[in-house]
Amino acid sequence: MTGRNGDRIKLATVWLGGCSGCHMSFLDLDEWLFELAMFADVVFTPLVDIKEYPEHVDAVLVEGAVANEDNLEFIRLVRERSKWLISFGDCAVTGNVTALRNPLGDPLTILERSYIELADVNPRLPDEPDILPPLLDRVEPLHRVVHVDAYIPGCPPPADRIRKSLEAIRDGRLPKLEGQDIQFG
Amino acid sequence: MSVVTLTINDQLVSASSGETILQAARSVGIDIPTLCYVEGLTAHGGCRMCLVEVEGARQLQPACFLNVNEGMTIRTETDQLREYRKMIVELLLAEGNHTCSICVANNNCELQDAAVEMGVDHERLEYTYPQREVDVSHERFGVDHNRCILCTRCVRVCDELEGAHTWDISGRGANLKMITDMNQPWGESPTCTSCGKCFMACPTGAIFQKGSTASELDHNRAKLDFLINARENQLWEL
Repeated sequence: MTGRNGDRIKLATVWLGGCSGCHMSFLDLDEWLFELAMFADVVFTPLVDIKEYPEHVDAVLVEGAVANEDNLEFIRLVRERSKWLISFGDCAVTGNVTALRNPLGDPLTILERSYIELADVNPRLPDEPDILPPLLDRVEPLHRVVHVDAYIPGCPPPADRIRKSLEAIRDGRLPKLEGQDIQFG
Repeated sequence: MSVVTLTINDQLVSASSGETILQAARSVGIDIPTLCYVEGLTAHGGCRMCLVEVEGARQLQPACFLNVNEGMTIRTETDQLREYRKMIVELLLAEGNHTCSICVANNNCELQDAAVEMGVDHERLEYTYPQREVDVSHERFGVDHNRCILCTRCVRVCDELEGAHTWDISGRGANLKMITDMNQPWGESPTCTSCGKCFMACPTGAIFQKGSTASELDHNRAKLDFLINARENQLWEL
């Protein structure tokens, strides 16, 4: 079995500022993952060790909000190299838990509170240039930064909601969820 | 009270002259979405979810406040109304800090239900991320102003059903805030009877019962309905 045009679909999943719960839910597809393997090649995902995001990806599910400079740079590359970019889970769709820092002020205030004021031992700000990416001023949902083609809300989205979306992609359609399938949380 | 006849969505409807469009519509099974309205309490007209089109009127009208009139023609489901209702939900979501996944009212929230009903699969407006407080000074309840949609249900239920009038509103515009008594911690309120009616009336997770974990909150709206029915219709049976 292949995609609608007889070609195998090049599918990717990406993990930005999230907890990986959406990817755990993706694994909850259980035996349907075998069906997925019949029509799609998973060409990039944190679940396997691929270093570089490939060109000409048909659809990518992006988990997590845009929280730091690495996220920002990477999501722009992902957008450029993918036909359909799909917001995957509440952090990507709304900012959700990742964005809880936003009302508290700028990143430095939050880092000082977390790593200095509340530190029991060795209070110091995390600072490893080129290893730890600097936080952005504000955590943003994906569609505030790049064009998003479809949304899969949920924290995490249940496996059957992910399956419905992947079945739409298999059939050459953008997922358009409605009813209880668009419930946040 | 005289009887008037009007048309709602091409359906002829009879209503008493003192009724509102919302009451007349619901009496014949036409549902108009609401958020701030609670049957039996004074209408507030603040959320604007129940806006309807009135033939011959230039502006949309809130059905909870608009009285029926002979010969009126009303539409409750048009593309424009659906778009406006969706936008109202999006405005409410963007105005506060609504993180459904960690809210005690997750799966028990009327704002969340409205978002699902209106097809809000993402937020088109920019979030404002206001800095708001959480007051857990009360022995049994807490109020998280981040989740408050300023529907004033708590004010009206506390005043009209409990008779305590502990809750009130302070501020204007973006500074609007629900307060207890003279803007003091809820736990220090001398008028609060700890009856929990505000908690039962709250449509979101703004007023919560202490000790409930995520998704456990149950507003027990049936108890509130029972009290209103008992007082208004003298029916005291559950």
